[in-house]
Amino acid sequence: MTDVAKTPSPTQPIALTRKDFVSDQEVRWCPGCGDYSILAQTQKVMPDFGYPKENIVFISGIGCSGRLPYYMNAYGFHTIHGRAPTLATGLKAARPDLMVWVITGDGDALSIGGNHVLHAMRRNVDLKLVMFNNRIYGLTKGQASPTSEIGKRTKSTPDGTIDRPVMPLSLALAAEATFVARSVDTHTEHLQQTLTRAGFHRGSAFVEVLQNCNIFNDGAFRDFTDREVREDRMLVLEHGKPMIFGRDRNRGIRLRGLHPEVVQLGDGVSEDDLLVHDEAAEDPTLAFMLSRMWWPQYPVPVGVLRDVARPTHDELMTAQIETVMAQRGEGDLATLLEGGETWTVR
Amino acid sequence: MSSKAPTKTDRHEVIDLDRVTIRFAGDSGDGMQLTGTQFTRTSAVYGNDISTLPDFPAEIRAPAGSLPGVSGFQLSFSSSDIHTPGDQPDVLVAMNPAALKTNVGDLPPGGALIVNEDAFTAANLAKAGYSANPLSDGSLKAFTVFEIPISRLNAGALAGLEMTSKQIDQTRNFFALGLMFWLYERSMEPTLRWIEDKFSKRPVIVEANRRALKAGYAFGETTEIFHTHYRVAPAKLAPGRYRNITGNEAAALGFVAASRLADRPLFYGSYPITPASDILHQLSTYKQFGVRTFQAEDEIAAIGAAIGASYGGSMGMTATSGPGIALKSEAMGLAVMVELPLVIVDVQRAGPSTGMPTKTEQADLLQVLFGRNSDSPMPVVAPATPGDCFDVAIEAWRIALKYMTPVVYLSDAFLASGSEPWRLPDVADLPDIRVASATDRTTFHAYDRDPVTLARPWAVPGTPGLEHRIGGLEKADITGNVSYDPDNHERMQALRAAKVAGIANDIPEVTTFGVDRGDLLIVGWGSTYGAIRSAVDRLLAEGQSVAQLHLRHLNPFPRNLGEVLGRYRHVLVPEVNLGQLLLLLRARYLVDAIGYDRVRGKPFRISEIHERAEQILAGRTGSADR
Repeated sequence: MTDVAKTPSPTQPIALTRKDFVSDQEVRWCPGCGDYSILAQTQKVMPDFGYPKENIVFISGIGCSGRLPYYMNAYGFHTIHGRAPTLATGLKAARPDLMVWVITGDGDALSIGGNHVLHAMRRNVDLKLVMFNNRIYGLTKGQASPTSEIGKRTKSTPDGTIDRPVMPLSLALAAEATFVARSVDTHTEHLQQTLTRAGFHRGSAFVEVLQNCNIFNDGAFRDFTDREVREDRMLVLEHGKPMIFGRDRNRGIRLRGLHPEVVQLGDGVSEDDLLVHDEAAEDPTLAFMLSRMWWPQYPVPVGVLRDVARPTHDELMTAQIETVMAQRGEGDLATLLEGGETWTVR
Repeated sequence: MSSKAPTKTDRHEVIDLDRVTIRFAGDSGDGMQLTGTQFTRTSAVYGNDISTLPDFPAEIRAPAGSLPGVSGFQLSFSSSDIHTPGDQPDVLVAMNPAALKTNVGDLPPGGALIVNEDAFTAANLAKAGYSANPLSDGSLKAFTVFEIPISRLNAGALAGLEMTSKQIDQTRNFFALGLMFWLYERSMEPTLRWIEDKFSKRPVIVEANRRALKAGYAFGETTEIFHTHYRVAPAKLAPGRYRNITGNEAAALGFVAASRLADRPLFYGSYPITPASDILHQLSTYKQFGVRTFQAEDEIAAIGAAIGASYGGSMGMTATSGPGIALKSEAMGLAVMVELPLVIVDVQRAGPSTGMPTKTEQADLLQVLFGRNSDSPMPVVAPATPGDCFDVAIEAWRIALKYMTPVVYLSDAFLASGSEPWRLPDVADLPDIRVASATDRTTFHAYDRDPVTLARPWAVPGTPGLEHRIGGLEKADITGNVSYDPDNHERMQALRAAKVAGIANDIPEVTTFGVDRGDLLIVGWGSTYGAIRSAVDRLLAEGQSVAQLHLRHLNPFPRNLGEVLGRYRHVLVPEVNLGQLLLLLRARYLVDAIGYDRVRGKPFRISEIHERAEQILAGRTGSADR
């Protein structure tokens, strides 16, 4: 292929700043939307990866989140509802040199596009999927989403939704995602760290960002994300560390039978009794357990639940092609056309 | 089956024939497709012109002996140029009562019927719904019937081999094949070689199939049942190297060739669907050409991935059948909006809905033209014969690349699995279809257009300075930014339409076969080519004032089409649908064209078109005459 620029290795230092990733398009989300923060943190971490901006592609579906690519000064493709992972899969298969981000929402990723998320993850396509979860359909003005809590009254469910919500991280784990994490729109530093980790992961990264829709579902996560309560009601996961939380770092998660329980440290309970986070465990059991924990029964875990190494889809595809090329040599068209039995008419 | 004077050999008369049509029919477990394919290969290599029509059920293994389980393979081979697999078989080989029952209706009086009499047991007769044995009740007296105990003779030939009786039975199709080889003076060598190659790891199977084949041949030679055998001389085809090829095989080769000719890698995303899957199977073995195949989770993912690959500078394509097109429609609209090159193959089958998945139809024309939201113009091309599938594959890609547009390639089940001898093209004669990607950051605008083709630039990720955003929202002219401006939308709708319409200036004018102007023009597209051509041949030989016009480009139409239609008193449009091209021609050219539709899941017969044409030529044009 003659026209594809040679890519510098991702580790080659490229002096870019956040501003380099700001496009000339006017941002058109509602004032006060959590998306602004996600955009800002995304632009902020982008220089860290060492990719020139022409080698970074943002692909989105439909929904408020779908507008993000317009605001990133990189290559961008705003596709159709739910299908962003499919375009990303094809692009990455054709162009392993590119860094591909998928920007999606709870409706886009888990409702209309649920099947594609499942298959992109199980193939370990090297894409970083950032799902803005606001538990509502925003762009269509306030219908229940697949993550809306049961009983939620919305425009489309005036008597309360009767559908049980999907747990996004449980679904990602079940789909064999090799990187699964959660963060919060307003927790800017944590969000940056999480996006950075996702960006450096090779393979499918699934990042759920709890995002506030201040118009149609204001305060959806306020009970545990607000500044005053977050330390007591969220569990910040750190690899190799015991699961401790609370403003006074005096509470923890212990395993009781097959279930986690919240315990108070002291009174005969020490750090040694607590679960130790292991994001690198090949067995997803611990990560799955964490993915089910939710306020008010438990503190809500944020951070990296799982980060394991497996060959990526494009690596495996390229390897097969290289193996065949090594065995048979590069194909010759005339020879191919003459394949099978031929005869000559004079 | 026209014949010349017989010549005597030592024991059997040999009669020279111009053309023979054989149909092998049996249970789907009987290996009829394999039997037909082997006879086809042998005849092709021998030098006959051939045309085939495999006809098999969608059920992989319907209950043995049942009517739905019957699988057939018809082939016509000839010493002259032929265009169809034959209207009716001259010879029907029926391996069981169900095969007889479902196929004997197509055998003309006097036709030869070869049956495996061992299969006509009470149980099998009951499964086929026969209350009396047709071999003894006189119901077959219009035919020349050869009752042969194929199962018993075959078992005898295989005696001593360590095989179960079921395994032995599975070779009886080779006995039938051997007999047909003798009857038509074919060499057993190609099939013997194939057997050794295919079963090289299982020597006992090689031996069993060899014995079965040779026993069938010897049976013909040594018994007195057949008084004659037949010779169909090689055809006088255009000089060159040939191979036998199906439409799906030719399409796969065409797409690889297009990739080479465009100097870009091919990406093929597809979800399994009859009758398109074979293209995926074949392309997945072409990794030495850098072909990337992707079996997607569904039809939508298949086209989504293809669009993603095209966005990245590859030649992204997808293939499916009608139900899959329905699922892909939204993404096809996206490809129209973002103006990326893409080829969408629709191997049509009988519908609507799941319809008859293994049976042919050409009823997706209006779907691919209009089956999307809003005005969503898309070029459409259609191959006419199995070999033509190769050329049209390159043509589809030429248009897609040059005009930055998705293109639909309309094949069908008949073309996909039907075969014919294909003259190998000289690679040096194939067109150069390369296009350049955008690189110049000083002049780049995502929706700036080439003044002639109206194509926008192909700016692939990885190109410094061309970072831009595209998507399904309406684009501002030139810049490609999101725009809701009313005048801009109207301009963009017009530009998209004009781009596709303008392709008419870049495709050949249509030509006709037959008289230049006159009484009747028969217009077709796709796989009806052979039947229409043969009918027109016949009508011309009868001195009628007729011509054939066959469309490869269905959108846009060739620029002289309206003028050519006007040169004939009547226009007849035979289609395997309820009048789709007919609707377009009448609407576009205000021509009083007459439709002729047959939607039986089968290709047209020559005689059907011939008869309809004769009616029109005799002045009976109305639908009431049908």
